[in-house]
Amino acid sequence: MNLIPLTPLDLSIAALLVFGLAALSWRMRLGVERRLLVAASRSVIQLTLLGLVLKTLFDQSNPFLIGALSLFMLGMAGYEVMARQERRFSGFWGMGIGTLSMFISSFSITLLALNLVVRVEPWYTPQYLIPMLGMLLGNTMSGMAIALDNLTQSAWQQRGAIEARLMLGHTWDQAIGDLRRRALRSGLIPIINSMAAAGVVSLPGMMTGQILAGSPPLEAAKYQIMILLLIAVGTGLGAIAAVSLGAFRLFDKRQRLRLDRLK
Amino acid sequence: MAYFQLIQFKSRGLEPIDLSIDAGQCVTLAGPSGCGKSLLLRAIADLDPHEGEACIEHCVQSQTPPPEWRRQAGLLSAESHWWADKIRDHLPHSNSDLLAALGFSEESLAWEVSRLSSGERQRLALFRMLIGKPKLLLLDEPTANLDQVSAGRVENLIKEYLKTSDSAALWVSHDPKQRKRVGDRGFQIESGRLVPEL
Repeated sequence: MNLIPLTPLDLSIAALLVFGLAALSWRMRLGVERRLLVAASRSVIQLTLLGLVLKTLFDQSNPFLIGALSLFMLGMAGYEVMARQERRFSGFWGMGIGTLSMFISSFSITLLALNLVVRVEPWYTPQYLIPMLGMLLGNTMSGMAIALDNLTQSAWQQRGAIEARLMLGHTWDQAIGDLRRRALRSGLIPIINSMAAAGVVSLPGMMTGQILAGSPPLEAAKYQIMILLLIAVGTGLGAIAAVSLGAFRLFDKRQRLRLDRLK
Repeated sequence: MAYFQLIQFKSRGLEPIDLSIDAGQCVTLAGPSGCGKSLLLRAIADLDPHEGEACIEHCVQSQTPPPEWRRQAGLLSAESHWWADKIRDHLPHSNSDLLAALGFSEESLAWEVSRLSSGERQRLALFRMLIGKPKLLLLDEPTANLDQVSAGRVENLIKEYLKTSDSAALWVSHDPKQRKRVGDRGFQIESGRLVPEL
């Protein structure tokens, strides 16, 4: 089976439907039509550009270009994690926490998978590296954003309770412990749910793509299993890193709760 | 040597303060709301950034690990906060005599925090603080939500505690009569300064 190429006309049918949804949102006064259209245009532009970039990247296979694109993706993911926070850390830490934890989780896991699981030669072969990194970044990003948002929100709301514990001589670690655990749980639940629903309720994107491209379904399933498991680990590690860094940053060296560090 | 001492201690909204309190003594503090009384107590407990130094006995604030310092400088804030469901979960251990003196029994500790009245909460918050045996009590209107009988009980209990444990207290109160009853000395806050109350 060969892939049927999509023409711009085919895409414009899908785009027309999005316009329809925007009109509906306007009619029902949901107030999301602007954001919907901006996000839709962003995805059209970004994915087209990515397609063009990947085409040159695959032709050249230059490690520096691949590295640069990876770092760019990482930076964007860090920015997205920050943008999804209602109360974000001010200054460097706003983006730093997300980017750093994403680096720890997604980068290390992608490298691990490429070297030990898929074993491509060389390991930076862009056909493998870029899609896997993208899948990991994109999926761990939301879990981490949820966990971090949960932490900062609940610290804000439960300021009194945290300080009550500090007043009684508890360490910062004890005082924020419950909140940290709850934040981590909230970040991990989506990936746990999507693992449980995989193949029964949802047909995950990667597998769908491979099947459309003509891979045997069982091969596609194996890749999907690997990616799902890696995403789960990446989300867990990333959320632990982000929430730990965030909780640490909420206190100063005299173990005072410093909510003024949030915006 | 003074038991508790503030040296050029500057918290938000106030001029630098020099103050010393002897063991067993209680100093009262009054002033219009928003003048920085509560912020001063918070700074002494090292919950807010501040300048200057505080000492309890031989402990110097800036050189004591914060949890250790806060165990010695017990702060009772005007509104108490609880992080678990049952009262018992907030206490490392209990003390029946102290509990009885505040009008509770051991069974009360199984109660749920959400069902307590504000007065009960306030008295239990005092209990929660006192079983840690702090050497300095920072009291922010500890009887604000209490009726006269309970308030008298709390006053006596705190005075008794100061005497038996040789601790010092800084007591914020809006009630001039109460300040007379409990304080050995008193200060008013006027335009950011501590002025002796006569």
